[in-house]
Amino acid sequence: MATVDIAPVKKPFRWHILVFLAPAALIYTAVMIFPLISTLYQAFFSQKWEFVGFGNFMQLFTDPRLSASFWNALINNVWFFIIHMLVQNPIGILLAALLSNPRLRLRGFYRTVFFIPTILSFVIVGFVWKLILSPTWGVTSGLLKSVGLGWLFQPWLGKEEYALTTLALISNWQFIGIPMMLIYAALLSIPDEVLEAAECDGITGWSQFWKIQLPLVLPAIGIVSILTFVGNFNAFDLVYAAQGAQAGPNFSTDLLGTLLYRTFFGYQLQLGDRAMGSTVAAVMFLIILAGVCVYLFGIQTRLRRYQF
Amino acid sequence: MSKATHSPLRSIAAHAILLTYTVIALFPVFVIIINSFKSKKAIFGAPLSLPLGDAFSLIGYETVFKRGDFLLYFQNSLMVTVASLVLVLLFGAMAAFALSEYRFRLNTLTGLYLALGIMIPIRLGTVAILQLMVASGLVNTLWALILVYTAQGLPLSIFILSEFMRTVSDDLKNAGRIDGMSEYRIFFRLVLPLVRPAMATVAVFTMIPIWNDLWFPLILAPSEATKTVTLGAQMFIGQFQTDWNGVLSALALAILPVLILYLIFSRQLIRGITSGAVK
Repeated sequence: MATVDIAPVKKPFRWHILVFLAPAALIYTAVMIFPLISTLYQAFFSQKWEFVGFGNFMQLFTDPRLSASFWNALINNVWFFIIHMLVQNPIGILLAALLSNPRLRLRGFYRTVFFIPTILSFVIVGFVWKLILSPTWGVTSGLLKSVGLGWLFQPWLGKEEYALTTLALISNWQFIGIPMMLIYAALLSIPDEVLEAAECDGITGWSQFWKIQLPLVLPAIGIVSILTFVGNFNAFDLVYAAQGAQAGPNFSTDLLGTLLYRTFFGYQLQLGDRAMGSTVAAVMFLIILAGVCVYLFGIQTRLRRYQF
Repeated sequence: MSKATHSPLRSIAAHAILLTYTVIALFPVFVIIINSFKSKKAIFGAPLSLPLGDAFSLIGYETVFKRGDFLLYFQNSLMVTVASLVLVLLFGAMAAFALSEYRFRLNTLTGLYLALGIMIPIRLGTVAILQLMVASGLVNTLWALILVYTAQGLPLSIFILSEFMRTVSDDLKNAGRIDGMSEYRIFFRLVLPLVRPAMATVAVFTMIPIWNDLWFPLILAPSEATKTVTLGAQMFIGQFQTDWNGVLSALALAILPVLILYLIFSRQLIRGITSGAVK
Protein backbone atom coordinates (compact mmCIF):
# COMPACT_ATOMS: atom_id res chain seq x y z
CA MET A 1 0.00 0.00 0.00
CA ALA A 2 1.10 3.53 -0.66
CA THR A 3 0.14 4.93 2.70
CA VAL A 4 2.80 4.49 5.29
CA ASP A 5 1.60 3.01 8.49
CA ILE A 6 3.43 4.76 11.26
CA ALA A 7 1.52 3.32 14.14
CA PRO A 8 4.07 2.78 16.88
CA VAL A 9 3.49 -0.95 17.28
CA LYS A 10 1.98 -2.76 14.36
CA LYS A 11 0.37 -5.79 15.89
CA PRO A 12 0.32 -8.90 13.73
CA PHE A 13 -3.16 -10.12 12.88
CA ARG A 14 -4.29 -12.22 15.80
CA TRP A 15 -5.39 -15.35 14.02
CA HIS A 16 -6.17 -17.16 17.23
CA ILE A 17 -9.16 -14.88 17.89
CA LEU A 18 -10.62 -15.93 14.57
CA VAL A 19 -9.87 -19.59 15.22
CA PHE A 20 -11.60 -19.42 18.60
CA LEU A 21 -14.67 -17.65 17.23
CA ALA A 22 -15.08 -19.26 13.82
CA PRO A 23 -16.63 -22.68 14.60
CA ALA A 24 -19.34 -21.30 16.87
CA ALA A 25 -20.05 -18.31 14.64
CA LEU A 26 -20.23 -20.45 11.50
CA ILE A 27 -22.61 -23.09 12.84
CA TYR A 28 -24.76 -20.48 14.56
CA THR A 29 -24.97 -18.33 11.44
CA ALA A 30 -25.55 -21.18 9.01
CA VAL A 31 -28.07 -23.21 11.01
CA MET A 32 -29.84 -20.54 13.04
CA ILE A 33 -29.53 -16.96 11.80
CA PHE A 34 -29.55 -17.68 8.08
CA PRO A 35 -32.65 -19.94 8.24
CA LEU A 36 -34.42 -17.40 10.44
CA ILE A 37 -33.78 -14.61 7.94
CA SER A 38 -34.60 -16.86 5.04
CA THR A 39 -37.90 -17.86 6.65
CA LEU A 40 -38.82 -14.22 7.22
CA TYR A 41 -37.88 -13.48 3.60
CA GLN A 42 -40.02 -16.32 2.26
CA ALA A 43 -43.03 -14.88 4.04
CA PHE A 44 -43.08 -12.22 1.32
CA PHE A 45 -43.21 -14.72 -1.54
CA SER A 46 -45.95 -16.97 -2.82
CA GLN A 47 -45.71 -20.72 -3.05
CA LYS A 48 -44.43 -20.25 -6.64
CA TRP A 49 -41.78 -17.74 -5.56
CA GLU A 50 -43.57 -14.65 -6.84
CA PHE A 51 -43.07 -11.57 -4.69
CA VAL A 52 -46.37 -10.75 -3.02
CA GLY A 53 -45.36 -8.10 -0.49
CA PHE A 54 -47.61 -8.31 2.53
CA GLY A 55 -50.08 -10.46 0.59
CA ASN A 56 -49.45 -13.55 2.71
CA PHE A 57 -49.94 -11.59 5.90
CA MET A 58 -53.18 -10.04 4.60
CA GLN A 59 -54.40 -13.50 3.67
CA LEU A 60 -53.47 -14.89 7.09
CA PHE A 61 -55.30 -12.07 8.88
CA THR A 62 -58.38 -11.81 6.68
CA ASP A 63 -58.96 -14.93 4.57
CA PRO A 64 -62.15 -16.43 6.06
CA ARG A 65 -60.86 -19.96 6.58
CA LEU A 66 -57.22 -19.22 7.37
CA SER A 67 -57.79 -16.17 9.54
CA ALA A 68 -60.34 -18.01 11.68
CA SER A 69 -57.74 -20.60 12.65
CA PHE A 70 -55.05 -17.96 13.07
CA TRP A 71 -57.06 -15.77 15.45
CA ASN A 72 -58.25 -18.85 17.29
CA ALA A 73 -54.65 -20.00 17.80
CA LEU A 74 -53.52 -16.52 18.83
CA ILE A 75 -56.30 -16.07 21.38
CA ASN A 76 -55.68 -19.57 22.73
CA ASN A 77 -52.02 -18.73 23.04
CA VAL A 78 -52.73 -15.55 24.97
CA TRP A 79 -54.96 -17.51 27.37
CA PHE A 80 -52.26 -20.16 27.68
CA PHE A 81 -49.81 -17.42 28.68
CA ILE A 82 -52.24 -15.80 31.13
CA ILE A 83 -52.75 -19.10 32.95
CA HIS A 84 -48.99 -19.52 33.24
CA MET A 85 -48.62 -16.04 34.70
CA LEU A 86 -51.53 -16.48 37.12
CA VAL A 87 -50.87 -20.03 38.28
CA GLN A 88 -47.35 -21.20 37.54
CA ASN A 89 -45.40 -18.12 38.55
CA PRO A 90 -47.24 -17.28 41.81
CA ILE A 91 -47.01 -20.91 42.95
CA GLY A 92 -43.34 -20.89 41.94
CA ILE A 93 -42.78 -17.77 44.05
CA LEU A 94 -44.64 -19.27 47.01
CA LEU A 95 -42.60 -22.48 46.91
CA ALA A 96 -39.36 -20.52 46.53
CA ALA A 97 -40.26 -18.31 49.48
CA LEU A 98 -40.99 -21.32 51.68
CA LEU A 99 -37.77 -23.05 50.60
CA SER A 100 -35.60 -20.00 51.15
CA ASN A 101 -36.10 -20.20 54.90
CA PRO A 102 -32.66 -21.39 56.04
CA ARG A 103 -34.07 -23.22 59.04
CA LEU A 104 -36.39 -25.36 56.98
CA ARG A 105 -35.63 -29.07 57.09
CA LEU A 106 -35.62 -31.27 53.98
CA ARG A 107 -34.95 -28.31 51.70
CA GLY A 108 -32.77 -30.38 49.39
CA PHE A 109 -35.43 -33.06 49.12
CA TYR A 110 -38.20 -30.62 48.20
CA ARG A 111 -36.03 -28.80 45.69
CA THR A 112 -35.12 -32.03 43.95
CA VAL A 113 -38.70 -33.29 43.84
CA PHE A 114 -40.25 -30.07 42.58
CA PHE A 115 -37.89 -30.05 39.64
CA ILE A 116 -38.62 -33.63 38.53
CA PRO A 117 -41.57 -32.79 36.23
CA THR A 118 -39.41 -30.21 34.46
CA ILE A 119 -36.88 -32.78 33.30
CA LEU A 120 -39.51 -35.06 31.77
CA SER A 121 -40.19 -34.79 28.06
CA PHE A 122 -43.44 -33.36 26.72
CA VAL A 123 -44.34 -36.75 25.31
CA ILE A 124 -44.21 -38.30 28.75
CA VAL A 125 -46.02 -35.41 30.42
CA GLY A 126 -48.70 -35.27 27.74
CA PHE A 127 -49.48 -38.96 27.84
CA VAL A 128 -49.17 -39.37 31.58
CA TRP A 129 -51.80 -36.72 32.19
CA LYS A 130 -53.93 -37.94 29.33
CA LEU A 131 -54.05 -41.37 30.97
CA ILE A 132 -54.60 -40.00 34.46
CA LEU A 133 -57.45 -37.72 33.37
CA SER A 134 -58.92 -40.38 31.11
CA PRO A 135 -62.49 -41.37 31.96
CA THR A 136 -61.72 -44.90 30.69
CA TRP A 137 -59.12 -45.53 33.33
CA GLY A 138 -60.90 -43.65 36.08
CA VAL A 139 -57.95 -42.70 38.29
CA THR A 140 -59.08 -39.11 38.68
CA SER A 141 -62.77 -39.86 38.95
CA GLY A 142 -61.96 -42.57 41.51
CA LEU A 143 -59.88 -40.16 43.56
CA LEU A 144 -62.54 -37.47 43.45
CA LYS A 145 -65.23 -39.98 44.44
CA SER A 146 -63.17 -41.12 47.42
CA VAL A 147 -63.28 -37.58 48.81
CA GLY A 148 -66.93 -37.14 47.93
CA LEU A 149 -66.36 -34.90 44.93
CA GLY A 150 -67.18 -37.46 42.25
CA TRP A 151 -69.75 -35.13 40.65
CA LEU A 152 -66.89 -32.74 39.82
CA PHE A 153 -65.27 -35.08 37.34
CA GLN A 154 -65.37 -34.27 33.64
CA PRO A 155 -63.33 -35.61 30.75
CA TRP A 156 -61.49 -32.29 30.87
CA LEU A 157 -59.14 -32.89 27.96
CA GLY A 158 -62.03 -33.98 25.75
CA LYS A 159 -64.30 -30.98 26.29
CA GLU A 160 -63.85 -27.90 24.19
CA GLU A 161 -64.48 -25.50 27.03
CA TYR A 162 -61.95 -27.06 29.43
CA ALA A 163 -59.27 -28.62 27.24
CA LEU A 164 -57.06 -25.56 26.77
CA THR A 165 -57.09 -24.57 30.44
CA THR A 166 -56.38 -28.17 31.43
CA LEU A 167 -53.41 -28.31 29.08
CA ALA A 168 -52.12 -25.00 30.41
CA LEU A 169 -52.35 -26.36 33.96
CA ILE A 170 -50.49 -29.50 32.89
CA SER A 171 -47.80 -27.28 31.40
CA ASN A 172 -47.70 -25.35 34.71
CA TRP A 173 -47.22 -28.61 36.55
CA GLN A 174 -44.33 -29.45 34.27
CA PHE A 175 -42.50 -26.13 34.39
CA ILE A 176 -43.10 -24.87 37.91
CA GLY A 177 -39.51 -25.84 38.73
CA ILE A 178 -38.08 -23.04 36.61
CA PRO A 179 -39.69 -20.00 38.30
CA MET A 180 -39.18 -21.73 41.64
CA MET A 181 -35.44 -22.18 41.09
CA LEU A 182 -34.74 -18.75 39.61
CA ILE A 183 -36.63 -16.94 42.34
CA TYR A 184 -35.16 -19.19 45.00
CA ALA A 185 -31.69 -18.25 43.74
CA ALA A 186 -32.59 -14.56 43.85
CA LEU A 187 -33.97 -14.90 47.39
CA LEU A 188 -30.80 -16.59 48.56
CA SER A 189 -28.69 -13.77 47.19
CA ILE A 190 -30.33 -11.23 49.52
CA PRO A 191 -27.75 -10.60 52.24
CA ASP A 192 -28.64 -11.64 55.77
CA GLU A 193 -27.88 -8.14 57.07
CA VAL A 194 -30.80 -6.73 55.11
CA LEU A 195 -33.18 -9.25 56.62
CA GLU A 196 -31.73 -8.77 60.09
CA ALA A 197 -32.09 -5.03 59.79
CA ALA A 198 -35.73 -5.56 58.86
CA GLU A 199 -36.20 -7.78 61.88
CA CYS A 200 -34.70 -5.13 64.14
CA ASP A 201 -37.34 -2.78 62.78
CA GLY A 202 -39.97 -5.34 63.65
CA ILE A 203 -40.72 -6.45 60.11
CA THR A 204 -41.00 -10.22 60.16
CA GLY A 205 -42.79 -13.13 58.53
CA TRP A 206 -45.14 -12.36 55.65
CA SER A 207 -44.76 -8.63 55.92
CA GLN A 208 -41.02 -9.12 55.59
CA PHE A 209 -41.64 -11.15 52.46
CA TRP A 210 -43.95 -8.54 50.92
CA LYS A 211 -41.98 -5.47 51.91
CA ILE A 212 -38.38 -6.61 51.67
CA GLN A 213 -37.88 -9.82 49.77
CA LEU A 214 -40.43 -9.50 46.98
CA PRO A 215 -39.27 -6.04 45.83
CA LEU A 216 -35.69 -7.31 45.83
CA VAL A 217 -36.47 -10.29 43.61
CA LEU A 218 -38.53 -8.32 41.07
CA PRO A 219 -35.75 -8.54 38.46
CA ALA A 220 -35.85 -12.34 38.74
CA ILE A 221 -39.63 -12.26 38.36
CA GLY A 222 -39.12 -10.14 35.24
CA ILE A 223 -36.78 -12.77 33.77
CA VAL A 224 -39.23 -15.53 34.65
CA SER A 225 -42.03 -13.63 32.91
CA ILE A 226 -40.14 -13.12 29.67
CA LEU A 227 -38.95 -16.75 29.67
CA THR A 228 -42.56 -17.83 30.15
CA PHE A 229 -43.67 -15.53 27.32
CA VAL A 230 -41.10 -16.80 24.83
CA GLY A 231 -41.70 -20.42 25.84
CA ASN A 232 -45.49 -20.12 25.57
CA PHE A 233 -45.62 -18.38 22.21
CA ASN A 234 -43.46 -21.06 20.69
CA ALA A 235 -45.07 -24.03 22.47
CA PHE A 236 -45.99 -27.03 20.38
CA ASP A 237 -44.84 -30.30 21.89
CA LEU A 238 -47.29 -30.66 24.75
CA VAL A 239 -50.34 -30.04 22.58
CA TYR A 240 -48.98 -32.35 19.90
CA ALA A 241 -48.27 -35.12 22.41
CA ALA A 242 -51.57 -34.87 24.27
CA GLN A 243 -54.04 -33.83 21.56
CA GLY A 244 -52.26 -34.48 18.24
CA ALA A 245 -51.50 -32.07 15.41
CA GLN A 246 -55.23 -31.33 15.10
CA ALA A 247 -55.17 -29.76 18.56
CA GLY A 248 -58.55 -31.21 19.38
CA PRO A 249 -61.28 -31.18 20.39
CA ASN A 250 -62.27 -29.03 17.43
CA PHE A 251 -59.04 -26.97 17.49
CA SER A 252 -59.82 -25.70 20.97
CA THR A 253 -56.20 -26.29 22.07
CA ASP A 254 -54.58 -24.96 18.91
CA LEU A 255 -51.57 -22.75 19.60
CA LEU A 256 -49.42 -20.83 17.13
CA GLY A 257 -46.87 -23.65 17.22
CA THR A 258 -49.35 -26.34 16.20
CA LEU A 259 -50.83 -23.99 13.60
CA LEU A 260 -47.35 -23.50 12.15
CA TYR A 261 -46.84 -27.25 12.01
CA ARG A 262 -50.14 -27.90 10.23
CA THR A 263 -49.73 -25.00 7.82
CA PHE A 264 -46.21 -25.96 6.84
CA PHE A 265 -46.67 -29.74 6.65
CA GLY A 266 -50.34 -30.00 5.89
CA TYR A 267 -52.75 -32.39 7.53
CA GLN A 268 -55.44 -34.69 6.28
CA LEU A 269 -56.59 -33.24 2.95
CA GLN A 270 -54.88 -29.91 3.19
CA LEU A 271 -51.46 -29.74 1.53
CA GLY A 272 -48.47 -28.22 3.25
CA ASP A 273 -47.82 -24.62 2.33
CA ARG A 274 -44.26 -23.35 2.60
CA ALA A 275 -45.13 -19.71 2.01
CA MET A 276 -47.94 -19.63 4.56
CA GLY A 277 -45.81 -21.64 7.01
CA SER A 278 -43.12 -18.96 6.74
CA THR A 279 -45.77 -16.30 7.28
CA VAL A 280 -47.01 -17.92 10.48
CA ALA A 281 -43.39 -18.26 11.65
CA ALA A 282 -42.79 -14.58 10.82
CA VAL A 283 -45.82 -13.54 12.86
CA MET A 284 -44.60 -15.66 15.79
CA PHE A 285 -41.20 -14.05 15.40
CA LEU A 286 -42.70 -10.57 15.58
CA ILE A 287 -44.80 -11.43 18.63
CA ILE A 288 -41.79 -12.84 20.47
CA LEU A 289 -39.62 -9.91 19.38
CA ALA A 290 -42.25 -7.46 20.61
CA GLY A 291 -42.41 -9.27 23.95
CA VAL A 292 -38.63 -9.26 24.33
CA CYS A 293 -38.47 -5.54 23.45
CA VAL A 294 -41.19 -4.66 25.96
CA TYR A 295 -39.20 -6.55 28.57
CA LEU A 296 -35.79 -5.09 27.68
CA PHE A 297 -36.83 -1.47 27.26
CA GLY A 298 -40.04 -1.20 29.23
CA ILE A 299 -39.58 -3.44 32.23
CA GLN A 300 -35.95 -4.25 32.79
CA THR A 301 -34.71 -0.67 32.69
CA ARG A 302 -37.35 0.44 35.20
CA LEU A 303 -36.66 -2.27 37.73
CA ARG A 304 -34.30 -1.02 40.32
CA ARG A 305 -31.39 -3.33 40.88
CA TYR A 306 -29.63 -3.36 44.19
CA GLN A 307 -25.94 -3.99 44.47
CA PHE A 308 -24.95 -5.61 47.69
CA MET B 1 -33.84 -14.26 65.91
CA SER B 2 -37.41 -13.26 66.48
CA LYS B 3 -40.08 -15.63 67.61
CA ALA B 4 -42.30 -15.03 64.65
CA THR B 5 -40.01 -16.79 62.17
CA HIS B 6 -39.33 -19.63 64.55
CA SER B 7 -42.76 -20.70 65.71
CA PRO B 8 -43.53 -24.38 65.19
CA LEU B 9 -46.93 -23.49 63.79
CA ARG B 10 -45.40 -21.64 60.87
CA SER B 11 -43.00 -24.44 60.21
CA ILE B 12 -45.83 -26.99 60.22
CA ALA B 13 -47.79 -24.85 57.78
CA ALA B 14 -44.76 -24.58 55.51
CA HIS B 15 -44.23 -28.33 55.54
CA ALA B 16 -47.92 -28.93 54.88
CA ILE B 17 -47.80 -26.81 51.73
CA LEU B 18 -44.50 -28.30 50.57
CA LEU B 19 -45.66 -31.87 51.19
CA THR B 20 -48.90 -31.25 49.32
CA TYR B 21 -46.93 -30.03 46.37
CA THR B 22 -44.57 -33.00 46.64
CA VAL B 23 -47.58 -35.28 46.22
CA ILE B 24 -48.81 -33.25 43.23
CA ALA B 25 -45.39 -33.36 41.60
CA LEU B 26 -44.80 -37.07 42.14
CA PHE B 27 -48.27 -38.60 41.91
CA PRO B 28 -48.50 -38.86 38.10
CA VAL B 29 -45.04 -40.39 37.77
CA PHE B 30 -45.77 -42.80 40.61
CA VAL B 31 -49.07 -43.95 39.09
CA ILE B 32 -47.48 -44.64 35.72
CA ILE B 33 -44.56 -46.59 37.13
CA ILE B 34 -46.57 -48.84 39.47
CA ASN B 35 -49.17 -49.59 36.80
CA SER B 36 -46.55 -50.47 34.20
CA PHE B 37 -45.80 -53.57 36.32
CA LYS B 38 -49.41 -54.75 36.51
CA SER B 39 -51.70 -56.99 34.52
CA LYS B 40 -54.43 -55.35 32.48
CA LYS B 41 -57.09 -56.42 34.94
CA ALA B 42 -55.21 -54.88 37.85
CA ILE B 43 -54.56 -51.66 35.95
CA PHE B 44 -58.27 -51.07 35.61
CA GLY B 45 -59.44 -52.80 38.78
CA ALA B 46 -57.17 -51.05 41.27
CA PRO B 47 -55.10 -48.36 39.60
CA LEU B 48 -53.68 -47.04 42.85
CA SER B 49 -52.56 -50.29 44.47
CA LEU B 50 -49.01 -51.59 44.33
CA PRO B 51 -48.08 -54.32 41.82
CA LEU B 52 -48.07 -57.21 44.31
CA GLY B 53 -49.09 -60.86 44.01
CA ASP B 54 -51.51 -61.60 41.20
CA ALA B 55 -51.45 -58.04 39.96
CA PHE B 56 -47.76 -58.19 39.02
CA SER B 57 -47.07 -58.70 35.33
CA LEU B 58 -44.38 -57.75 32.86
CA ILE B 59 -46.54 -58.20 29.78
CA GLY B 60 -46.32 -54.50 28.89
CA TYR B 61 -42.53 -54.54 28.83
CA GLU B 62 -42.60 -57.64 26.63
CA THR B 63 -44.76 -55.81 24.09
CA VAL B 64 -42.48 -52.81 24.09
CA PHE B 65 -39.35 -54.85 23.58
CA LYS B 66 -40.96 -57.00 20.88
CA ARG B 67 -42.72 -54.30 18.91
CA GLY B 68 -40.67 -51.18 19.30
CA ASP B 69 -37.01 -50.77 18.50
CA PHE B 70 -36.30 -48.86 21.67
CA LEU B 71 -32.69 -49.91 21.91
CA LEU B 72 -32.01 -48.25 18.56
CA TYR B 73 -34.00 -45.13 19.50
CA PHE B 74 -32.11 -44.92 22.74
CA GLN B 75 -28.81 -45.20 20.92
CA ASN B 76 -29.86 -42.45 18.48
CA SER B 77 -30.87 -40.12 21.27
CA LEU B 78 -27.64 -40.81 23.08
CA MET B 79 -25.51 -40.13 20.00
CA VAL B 80 -27.34 -36.92 19.13
CA THR B 81 -27.24 -35.63 22.68
CA VAL B 82 -23.61 -36.47 23.33
CA ALA B 83 -22.35 -35.16 19.98
CA SER B 84 -24.31 -31.89 20.28
CA LEU B 85 -23.16 -31.49 23.85
CA VAL B 86 -19.50 -31.93 22.95
CA LEU B 87 -19.79 -29.43 20.10
CA VAL B 88 -21.71 -26.89 22.18
CA LEU B 89 -19.22 -27.10 25.04
CA LEU B 90 -16.08 -27.02 22.89
CA PHE B 91 -17.13 -24.33 20.40
CA GLY B 92 -19.04 -22.40 23.04
CA ALA B 93 -16.04 -22.30 25.37
CA MET B 94 -13.73 -21.27 22.53
CA ALA B 95 -15.98 -18.40 21.48
CA ALA B 96 -16.56 -17.38 25.10
CA PHE B 97 -12.80 -17.28 25.62
CA ALA B 98 -12.27 -15.10 22.56
CA LEU B 99 -14.98 -12.68 23.69
CA SER B 100 -13.90 -12.44 27.32
CA GLU B 101 -10.12 -12.51 26.85
CA TYR B 102 -9.27 -10.29 23.90
CA ARG B 103 -10.08 -6.73 23.07
CA PHE B 104 -10.71 -6.33 19.39
CA ARG B 105 -12.94 -4.31 17.15
CA LEU B 106 -16.46 -5.80 16.87
CA ASN B 107 -16.08 -7.60 20.20
CA THR B 108 -19.29 -6.19 21.69
CA LEU B 109 -21.14 -6.55 18.42
CA THR B 110 -20.11 -10.20 18.02
CA GLY B 111 -21.18 -10.83 21.61
CA LEU B 112 -24.61 -9.31 20.99
CA TYR B 113 -24.99 -11.17 17.71
CA LEU B 114 -24.25 -14.48 19.38
CA ALA B 115 -26.63 -13.64 22.24
CA LEU B 116 -29.61 -13.05 19.93
CA GLY B 117 -30.36 -16.75 19.90
CA ILE B 118 -30.98 -16.83 23.65
CA MET B 119 -34.34 -15.14 23.21
CA ILE B 120 -35.33 -16.04 19.64
CA PRO B 121 -36.30 -19.72 19.36
CA ILE B 122 -34.56 -21.58 16.54
CA ARG B 123 -37.87 -23.27 15.77
CA LEU B 124 -39.10 -20.19 13.93
CA GLY B 125 -36.55 -20.87 11.20
CA THR B 126 -37.83 -24.41 10.63
CA VAL B 127 -39.04 -23.80 7.07
CA ALA B 128 -35.58 -22.78 5.89
CA ILE B 129 -33.77 -25.29 8.12
CA LEU B 130 -35.67 -28.09 6.42
CA GLN B 131 -34.79 -26.64 3.00
CA LEU B 132 -31.14 -26.39 4.06
CA MET B 133 -31.07 -30.00 5.24
CA VAL B 134 -32.80 -31.22 2.08
CA ALA B 135 -30.31 -29.27 -0.07
CA SER B 136 -27.33 -30.67 1.79
CA GLY B 137 -28.73 -34.20 1.86
CA LEU B 138 -28.78 -34.34 5.64
CA VAL B 139 -32.49 -35.07 6.05
CA ASN B 140 -33.05 -38.27 7.99
CA THR B 141 -29.52 -38.32 9.30
CA LEU B 142 -28.51 -37.72 12.88
CA TRP B 143 -26.20 -34.97 11.65
CA ALA B 144 -29.16 -32.75 10.85
CA LEU B 145 -30.24 -32.94 14.50
CA ILE B 146 -26.72 -32.52 15.83
CA LEU B 147 -26.18 -29.34 13.80
CA VAL B 148 -29.51 -27.83 14.82
CA TYR B 149 -29.04 -28.60 18.50
CA THR B 150 -25.50 -27.26 18.43
CA ALA B 151 -26.72 -23.99 16.96
CA GLN B 152 -29.54 -23.91 19.49
CA GLY B 153 -27.27 -24.55 22.47
CA LEU B 154 -24.42 -22.20 21.56
CA PRO B 155 -25.90 -18.77 22.46
CA LEU B 156 -26.69 -19.54 26.09
CA SER B 157 -23.49 -21.51 26.60
CA ILE B 158 -21.35 -18.68 25.21
CA PHE B 159 -23.17 -16.21 27.43
CA ILE B 160 -22.77 -18.22 30.63
CA LEU B 161 -19.21 -19.35 29.93
CA SER B 162 -17.92 -15.89 29.07
CA GLU B 163 -19.30 -14.58 32.38
CA PHE B 164 -17.31 -17.29 34.15
CA MET B 165 -14.17 -16.81 32.11
CA ARG B 166 -14.00 -13.16 33.10
CA THR B 167 -13.38 -14.36 36.64
CA VAL B 168 -10.26 -16.38 35.73
CA SER B 169 -7.25 -14.48 36.99
CA ASP B 170 -5.22 -12.53 34.44
CA ASP B 171 -2.01 -13.17 36.34
CA LEU B 172 -2.31 -16.86 35.67
CA LYS B 173 -2.76 -16.37 31.94
CA ASN B 174 0.04 -13.83 31.76
CA ALA B 175 2.35 -16.17 33.65
CA GLY B 176 1.55 -18.74 30.99
CA ARG B 177 2.36 -16.24 28.25
CA ILE B 178 5.69 -15.37 29.86
CA ASP B 179 6.48 -19.08 29.94
CA GLY B 180 5.95 -19.06 26.19
CA MET B 181 2.63 -20.91 26.06
CA SER B 182 0.61 -20.33 22.91
CA GLU B 183 -2.88 -18.83 23.23
CA TYR B 184 -4.32 -22.23 22.37
CA ARG B 185 -2.41 -23.94 25.17
CA ILE B 186 -3.44 -21.22 27.60
CA PHE B 187 -7.06 -21.88 26.70
CA PHE B 188 -6.92 -25.67 26.82
CA ARG B 189 -4.47 -26.12 29.69
CA LEU B 190 -5.14 -23.20 31.99
CA VAL B 191 -8.60 -21.80 31.41
CA LEU B 192 -10.72 -24.83 30.52
CA PRO B 193 -9.90 -26.81 33.69
CA LEU B 194 -10.79 -23.76 35.78
CA VAL B 195 -14.25 -23.29 34.28
CA ARG B 196 -15.18 -26.96 34.55
CA PRO B 197 -17.99 -26.34 37.08
CA ALA B 198 -19.57 -23.82 34.71
CA MET B 199 -19.21 -26.32 31.86
CA ALA B 200 -21.10 -28.90 33.89
CA THR B 201 -23.92 -26.43 34.45
CA VAL B 202 -24.09 -25.57 30.77
CA ALA B 203 -24.03 -29.28 29.93
CA VAL B 204 -27.11 -29.99 32.01
CA PHE B 205 -28.98 -27.00 30.62
CA THR B 206 -28.14 -27.97 27.06
CA MET B 207 -28.87 -31.66 27.50
CA ILE B 208 -32.44 -31.59 28.82
CA PRO B 209 -34.08 -29.75 25.89
CA ILE B 210 -32.13 -31.80 23.34
CA TRP B 211 -33.09 -35.14 24.87
CA ASN B 212 -36.73 -34.11 25.20
CA ASP B 213 -37.22 -32.36 21.86
CA LEU B 214 -40.00 -33.63 19.64
CA TRP B 215 -40.22 -30.93 16.96
CA PHE B 216 -36.94 -31.40 15.11
CA PRO B 217 -36.82 -35.22 15.15
CA LEU B 218 -40.37 -35.15 13.78
CA ILE B 219 -39.45 -32.76 10.98
CA LEU B 220 -35.82 -33.47 10.15
CA ALA B 221 -35.28 -37.14 10.99
CA PRO B 222 -38.52 -39.12 11.26
CA SER B 223 -37.17 -42.25 9.53
CA GLU B 224 -37.15 -45.55 11.40
CA ALA B 225 -33.34 -45.62 11.55
CA THR B 226 -32.95 -42.13 13.00
CA LYS B 227 -35.85 -41.88 15.45
CA THR B 228 -34.95 -40.59 18.88
CA VAL B 229 -36.45 -42.00 22.07
CA THR B 230 -38.85 -39.09 22.39
CA LEU B 231 -40.18 -39.48 18.87
CA GLY B 232 -40.12 -43.28 19.10
CA ALA B 233 -42.16 -43.22 22.30
CA GLN B 234 -44.61 -40.75 20.75
CA MET B 235 -45.15 -42.97 17.71
CA PHE B 236 -45.27 -46.20 19.67
CA ILE B 237 -47.87 -44.79 22.02
CA GLY B 238 -49.85 -43.42 19.09
CA GLN B 239 -49.95 -46.87 17.48
CA PHE B 240 -50.68 -48.87 20.61
CA GLN B 241 -53.17 -46.44 22.16
CA THR B 242 -55.48 -49.21 23.29
CA ASP B 243 -52.75 -51.51 24.61
CA TRP B 244 -52.58 -50.01 28.09
CA ASN B 245 -49.85 -52.34 29.30
CA GLY B 246 -47.64 -51.41 26.37
CA VAL B 247 -48.28 -47.68 26.69
CA LEU B 248 -47.64 -47.60 30.42
CA SER B 249 -44.44 -49.61 30.07
CA ALA B 250 -43.20 -47.42 27.22
CA LEU B 251 -43.81 -44.36 29.38
CA ALA B 252 -42.06 -45.91 32.37
CA LEU B 253 -39.10 -46.82 30.16
CA ALA B 254 -38.92 -43.27 28.88
CA ILE B 255 -39.10 -41.82 32.40
CA LEU B 256 -36.62 -44.06 34.21
CA PRO B 257 -33.32 -43.21 32.46
CA VAL B 258 -33.97 -39.47 32.72
CA LEU B 259 -35.06 -39.81 36.33
CA ILE B 260 -31.98 -41.79 37.32
CA LEU B 261 -29.64 -39.38 35.54
CA TYR B 262 -31.41 -36.47 37.20
CA LEU B 263 -31.12 -37.94 40.67
CA ILE B 264 -27.41 -38.44 40.09
CA PHE B 265 -26.82 -34.94 38.75
CA SER B 266 -29.50 -32.95 40.58
CA ARG B 267 -27.01 -31.44 42.99
CA GLN B 268 -24.97 -30.16 40.06
CA LEU B 269 -28.04 -28.86 38.25
CA ILE B 270 -29.43 -27.03 41.25
CA ARG B 271 -26.07 -25.63 42.14
CA GLY B 272 -25.78 -24.40 38.55
CA ILE B 273 -29.11 -22.62 38.61
CA THR B 274 -28.50 -21.04 41.95
CA SER B 275 -24.82 -20.43 41.22
CA GLY B 276 -23.52 -17.20 42.57
CA ALA B 277 -26.40 -17.12 44.97
CA VAL B 278 -25.30 -19.90 47.28
CA LYS B 279 -22.47 -18.45 49.22
